[in-house]
Amino acid sequence: MTEEQHDIRLHVNGVRYSARVPARRLLSDCLRHDLGLTGTHVGCEHGVCGACTVLVDGQPARSCLMLAVSAARHDITTVEGLAAPDGTPHPVQRAFSECHALQCGFCTPGFLTLVAAYVRDNPDPGEDDAREAVTGNLCRCTGYQNIVAAVLRTAEITREHGASGAPEARRPAGRAGAADGPHSAASPKEGGRP
Amino acid sequence: MKPPPFAYHAPTELDEAVGLLAEAGEQGKVLAGGQSLIPLLNMRLAQPRVVVDINGVAGLGGIGTGADGVRVGALVRHSQLEADTAAAAAVPLLRQGLRLVAHPVIRNRGTTVGSIVHADPAGEMPAVLALLDGAVELRGPAGARTVPAAEFTTGPMETALAPGEIAVAARFPRPAPGTGTAFVEIARRHGDYALCGAAAALTLDPDGRVTAARCCLVSAAPVPLLVDLTPRLSGTRALPGELDEAAAAAAERSDPEDDIHASADYRRHLARILTGRALARAAAAASADTTAAPAADTGAIR
Repeated sequence: MTEEQHDIRLHVNGVRYSARVPARRLLSDCLRHDLGLTGTHVGCEHGVCGACTVLVDGQPARSCLMLAVSAARHDITTVEGLAAPDGTPHPVQRAFSECHALQCGFCTPGFLTLVAAYVRDNPDPGEDDAREAVTGNLCRCTGYQNIVAAVLRTAEITREHGASGAPEARRPAGRAGAADGPHSAASPKEGGRP
Repeated sequence: MKPPPFAYHAPTELDEAVGLLAEAGEQGKVLAGGQSLIPLLNMRLAQPRVVVDINGVAGLGGIGTGADGVRVGALVRHSQLEADTAAAAAVPLLRQGLRLVAHPVIRNRGTTVGSIVHADPAGEMPAVLALLDGAVELRGPAGARTVPAAEFTTGPMETALAPGEIAVAARFPRPAPGTGTAFVEIARRHGDYALCGAAAALTLDPDGRVTAARCCLVSAAPVPLLVDLTPRLSGTRALPGELDEAAAAAAERSDPEDDIHASADYRRHLARILTGRALARAAAAASADTTAAPAADTGAIR
């Protein structure tokens, strides 16, 4: 059967891509297969596990519950877009590493995008808030304790050093980081990837 | 799994969307937030030939709050409505219900009108609409019509929408002065579908006597189960024993199903307990409302 193809332009992590996809192509599959951005993981494919979470215009959303053809009007941020252009990890990436908030790593990209947006909007969460924030994402390895710790650590790093590496354009005006600029307080010793 | 093949249209005008949908007839589906439709597609529980994406249609956004209540356009996301302070002040049950809809990430994409049209018996927003005697505005090939909530949900996942019709907005009336509302539910995990839930609205006169009371149960019947408790509670002071008796009467009307998550008996038990809690919270809110100064109108329609 010949299926109609749609030429779409996507704006992902600040880069413009074009792709030719059938209407039924999920955004998650488009990112992985058409654009080669395999950082976004696909777990349940019906919106339960949260592994495929990306930011749509700065807000977390399930990329398996969005059609690629519908994503063309939006700015998409995947886990690949969290680190600064020079490779400096985003505070959430540092925090997950420091707190051992991952084991197999399959669910991690979904948690990282989710928590990056959460801490941007909630700069000083308590432990209960942090736990509540990640209830929509499943992790089968860690038991969540270290993930909750990493949410708190992300907020701590962001307060201390600013949100260097976070997509500045998608941060609402007047939120954390607006006072000291996007990259002014980047940690000097975090240049390379671990 | 992956969605089955379908033809995709992204119209920018409502008339165009209605035309495309009318042409597709029973084979057409409207895509707004996609948080219910796309799982159905992925699991191949729905196989529409035509999907009409209304996200680009002009005039379907917007929350209008006025003296008569809140009008919510078809493209308003749950999270957008939840954050709207004017809407929450006019109709507090909106935010009370929205906070129970799935997870925040789902609420970022899912639309309130879409949730009403999806008509899941576990859905919170169809119950909110029913409890408030709201209505859904439809546009179809034959023109516009407005369907009251009581006639809109006709069965599990079934509504009064005719082929070719699009729900363009939902209207949530402002409750009468002296009314308190509440929505409580029990789910296996926060954000899951409710095993059972209860919304309640209770109105007190200035002397603290009940003039109206009703509840609406979710996951308790094929459609939101609206029970008018005014005959039982009218004239009472909404004392705990009186509310519990009314809750028991409401639970007797429920007709829940067994499934892997809970037995029907357990759901009936929850219906009684949750209705009692919802009525008690609604009474407390009504009492606070009657003792406080009347709230100022929070804004004109758009």
